[in-house]
Amino acid sequence: MKPAAFTYHRAHDVADAVGLLTDLAAAGEDPKIIAGGQSLMPMMTFRLARPSALVDLGPLRRVPAMTAIREEAGALTLGALVTHHAVETATLPAGFAVLARAMRWVGHLPIRSRGTVAGSLVHGDATAEWCLLALLLDAVVVAEGPGGRREIPADELFHGFYATAVEPDEVVVEVRFTRPAPHAALTEFARRHGDFAIVDAAVALDLDGDRVTGGRVVLGGVAPAPVRVPEAEAVLAAGGDAGDDALVAAVADAAATAIDPPDDPQTTATYRRRLTRTLVADACRQAAREPQR
Amino acid sequence: MSHPVNDPHLLTLSVNDAEHEVVVEPRRTLADVLRHDLRLTGTHVGCEHGVCGACTVLIDGAPARACLVFAVQAEGADVRTVESLARDGELSDLQQAFGDHHALQCGFCTPGFLMLAEGVLAEQPDASREDIREALSANLCRCTGYQTIVDAVHATACSRRGTNA
Amino acid sequence: MTTTDLPDHSVPHEAADPDRPVHGGHEHSPDEPRFDGRRGRWVGASVPRREDPRLLTGRGRFVDDIALPGMLHAGFVRATVAHAHLTALDLSATRAVPGVVAAFDAADLALGDIVAILDRPAEEFTPTAMPVLARSKVRFVGEPLALVVASDPYAVEDGIEAAQVSYDVLDAVTSAEGALAAGAAVVHEEAPDNVLLDVSMFDTPGVDEAFADADVTVEVTTRSGRQNALPLETRGAVAAWDARDDQLLVQTCTQVPHQVRTVLARSLGIPERTVRVTVPDMGGGFGQKCVVGREEIAVAAAARRLDRPVKWIEDRREALTAGFLAREQTYRTRAAFDADGHITALDVDVVCDMGAYSCYPFTAGIEPLMASAEMPSVYRVPAYRVRGRAITSTKAPTAPYRGVSRPQYVMAIERVMERAARALDLDPVEVRRRNVITEFPYTGINGVTYDPGTYRESLDLAEATIREEGWYEARERGRQDGGRHLGIGFCCFSERTGYGSEAFAKRKMTVVPGFDISEIRMDTTGSVVVTSGTMNHGQSHETTFAQIVADRLGLDPEHVKLRQGDTERISYGWGTFASRSVTIGGSAVALASERLGELLCRIAAHLLETRPENVALDGDGGVVQLDDPSRRLPFADIADVAHLRAHLLPKDVDPTLTATASFDVPGDGTFSNATHAVVVEADPGTGQVRILRYVCVEDCGVVVHPQVVEGQCRGGIAQGIAGALFEEVTYDAQGEPSAASFIDYLVPTATEIPDVSIAHLETPCAFTANGAKGAGEGGTIGAPAAVLNAVNDALRHTGVELDTTPIHPGTVLDALEGTS
Repeated sequence: MKPAAFTYHRAHDVADAVGLLTDLAAAGEDPKIIAGGQSLMPMMTFRLARPSALVDLGPLRRVPAMTAIREEAGALTLGALVTHHAVETATLPAGFAVLARAMRWVGHLPIRSRGTVAGSLVHGDATAEWCLLALLLDAVVVAEGPGGRREIPADELFHGFYATAVEPDEVVVEVRFTRPAPHAALTEFARRHGDFAIVDAAVALDLDGDRVTGGRVVLGGVAPAPVRVPEAEAVLAAGGDAGDDALVAAVADAAATAIDPPDDPQTTATYRRRLTRTLVADACRQAAREPQR
Repeated sequence: MSHPVNDPHLLTLSVNDAEHEVVVEPRRTLADVLRHDLRLTGTHVGCEHGVCGACTVLIDGAPARACLVFAVQAEGADVRTVESLARDGELSDLQQAFGDHHALQCGFCTPGFLMLAEGVLAEQPDASREDIREALSANLCRCTGYQTIVDAVHATACSRRGTNA
Repeated sequence: MTTTDLPDHSVPHEAADPDRPVHGGHEHSPDEPRFDGRRGRWVGASVPRREDPRLLTGRGRFVDDIALPGMLHAGFVRATVAHAHLTALDLSATRAVPGVVAAFDAADLALGDIVAILDRPAEEFTPTAMPVLARSKVRFVGEPLALVVASDPYAVEDGIEAAQVSYDVLDAVTSAEGALAAGAAVVHEEAPDNVLLDVSMFDTPGVDEAFADADVTVEVTTRSGRQNALPLETRGAVAAWDARDDQLLVQTCTQVPHQVRTVLARSLGIPERTVRVTVPDMGGGFGQKCVVGREEIAVAAAARRLDRPVKWIEDRREALTAGFLAREQTYRTRAAFDADGHITALDVDVVCDMGAYSCYPFTAGIEPLMASAEMPSVYRVPAYRVRGRAITSTKAPTAPYRGVSRPQYVMAIERVMERAARALDLDPVEVRRRNVITEFPYTGINGVTYDPGTYRESLDLAEATIREEGWYEARERGRQDGGRHLGIGFCCFSERTGYGSEAFAKRKMTVVPGFDISEIRMDTTGSVVVTSGTMNHGQSHETTFAQIVADRLGLDPEHVKLRQGDTERISYGWGTFASRSVTIGGSAVALASERLGELLCRIAAHLLETRPENVALDGDGGVVQLDDPSRRLPFADIADVAHLRAHLLPKDVDPTLTATASFDVPGDGTFSNATHAVVVEADPGTGQVRILRYVCVEDCGVVVHPQVVEGQCRGGIAQGIAGALFEEVTYDAQGEPSAASFIDYLVPTATEIPDVSIAHLETPCAFTANGAKGAGEGGTIGAPAAVLNAVNDALRHTGVELDTTPIHPGTVLDALEGTS
């Protein structure tokens, strides 16, 4: 278990990183970006990933925008090198506090201290908390490539099993969460604390007083990529009382019925469906209790 | 198959307040460089994929898996290993607490737990026993059943903040 | 992590305190040395561990910490298919990889096979050979095919990747049922039925009659998943040929250094004198390192061939897939009971899936033979029939793992007790009470004589603790309120911990472990070095053996240094496994210490010019004249004479201060015992099982070091819980293992393992030198059954009975939702 050999290149700013990616690719190399490396390195150690060159964004931590967490115009922007733990310990506006609360589910402290928000999104694991949160809060990924910057909305980001719309020659610069959700929660189930979730669920409720007027339901672990569940969101859109158990049950049932989860001997589709029902219901109840004062 | 050049890099690593110059392949992990190039063998390697935590060190004060960092990435950072804890032959309060509570048996996971605990206590000095338990779930121990490790870290937290465990 | 944060208000408040003592048990105060005869001053006290300072400061030395000048690194090309004829193995590309120094296949090294044999007739046992490197046939994914040696471990991996292997693939054999089915692929030609051992050890009179007359018959099939003992330090070795000493030095993490030496010498075809095995600090073993592996032999051969030191460190993927696994067993158990709940007969069919090869020295028979010999457990069983089989499959081979079949047969019989209780409408603890052995010594239907223990007392105390804490009421409240599913489970068991040569010989092994030896030396300053053939790997021998020596000689343990794990220092030892170290190794150490004490007294009497009967050890590092306590000789003065002024010694006393002793446990050995009680809660939303309370009442005789014993209990319980709820290696139809990383092999963490309260009962063993019984394995033995019983209790209202571990949350949820 040792990574295959690669050449190593430090990028000193975003343009430098894009230039390195472009030049290395042109030279026939298969370059890849490393930031926190907490997902990439295990894959390299098992030689499941074997880039011939790594472009290290580490020096870009000195670029303030890359590690900045800032709110402007009702959106929350995270620099690409913001770590999970930086979000966990940040004081965020109520509309985005769910981001900080969700971080306790991301691995363990040593992973959270190095892993980055952008890295997690580009990795595109179907159960990754950031992937669910991106769909929940309408994230926009800002990526810079040889042709300049472009914005990728979350609903165009995930292309299936560990595949995203970010191109190999692009560098994510920042992630902008555009939809505040003060009444939101993410919860998940794994057999062991800190593991990748079997299923995870994120819910955002639109509330008018105690009345639900709509919302988002996002699931991980039930499809090759994280998904919104329109059938469950339709139940929320039909409205109801936020404290109504029947409404919660209806949303959870709608979600569990709508999905077509993977089936394997250890974790059957039936079990994933039941977890979905439980987790969506829990997330609804927790979301209704937020923001806590 | 092709054999890429090994692309040696000359690095200066700051480990336990000392500067070390090493020439390494970029694929060499920080754990391997600490252990085999710098001969700081207190940091152990248990899985090489970031789950067991035996290789936990502090990088700029934060606990990190030394198997999930290439040594080239650690240039310019302040790395601390288990060898930094005892001063002048005296065990630190945390090390002493591990001994007092029998928080180690074979001792293989111990350096990782010590460094994890140092990182956690530095950031959460007010951590409760349950907070500590959750934080320590980052690392694996096969001998103790964890209870005495939690006890030792909790006792250290309490004594550092001047309260009783 | 549960997603339903259930309110804690219905959990009895006092149970929230993990430090709550269990009433009635013997509570040790770690700070109070005791002075009562056998124990003396140090035994019984939780003295600071001698091992700790180096391990806490990163100054321990584990195998991978060793670096020798000119050292090369090795790794293995391993099979990627489960069962195949090897049609081609081409290492030419490997040898061309930069950094690769050499690559060897089986023909290159020409090593002798590893063969473990039982002295049993052909219809009972089929010997098979384990080649060091596979020659023509591959029998599991991960089997070593070739050794690659390179300048660093990274280049080794590159070289392994470059090897070209072709196979003629055969059908995989991935279950015991599959192995025994007609037309199954044959793993070893010598065993065309895939059965390596088939022994019907007991068929006593009256079994069929008892079933015919039974008021209640219970039938249960229990299964336990394939587990990995999982020492956190993987296996490894550094081998170097020393031309000056004409000797191969192999530094390796093994529980059995002498057995490694024996097999190495035989496999390499060299005199055993030319092999020295030493063991540095060791990061756990749990049985996985008590067998001789193929890899250390290949590495030693390469070092000899290349005349360079060679290091091999198993990586985690290898450790999970290609190391020794354990535990996969199925028990079909029938039990007859009378109307009063007394068991009248037991009829058991045990099938153990031992994987691809027999392990050395124990053979593939170890698990079914252990189960067959000891299955009646702590109960009075009047009639007994058992058949035990070891089958071979195309999975990684197995080694004895902490508990060795006892977690499994205890689970089987404890499920029998629970089911009988339901059938008879009795409390499950009451059924146990009516059957448990209470008169000692007791000779069972299995011919085994059990020395005194506290079977009934431990059961009573565990139950009383759970009752007094209010868990029975909490369980009923949960049931009445609906929505909370609490369950209470027990497990009462004993464990033979002093297997002497006589007991092992009954298994008909041709290599019979049992005795152990010790040599003690005092130097000119009065300090002591003592050796043992046992091998610490976390059990604190340096501390506990020093306590034993200190008490016998009356000196501070600080002056005692234990040396172990060096075949040059110890003529022959059997290492550490089967909870034998303190019972057997500790007894040898005690006896050697006593002999040294006698020698010191003889010399002192001569120097004091008095009769030998008129002196005694003074308990403070010296010898005192009894009729005039003002006359005293410190050890250092005696030692000075013994070494440096030997002309002053008595004429019939040899110079220097050494003594040796061996110890072997007579007869059937000694039995530790315990009862575990556990309270669980099953989450109706996720099926997750949460452990709310864990109580262990144990009796391992005289407790040498309370903290160490409790550490062994807790650690063992954690591994037992791991087996009950989390860990399993499964194989797909092609024989590919499911768990190649810690993502898939679920080792529980601090958030999954509960705090455990421990109470000690103390029944001193009559025939070990210190009164101690073994304490290493009990935790692991009791936990799976206790947890499984508790989960079944939580599911009682569903009518579902679970008899398989690990318990998957999906299975629990099926039961709770009535869809199983």
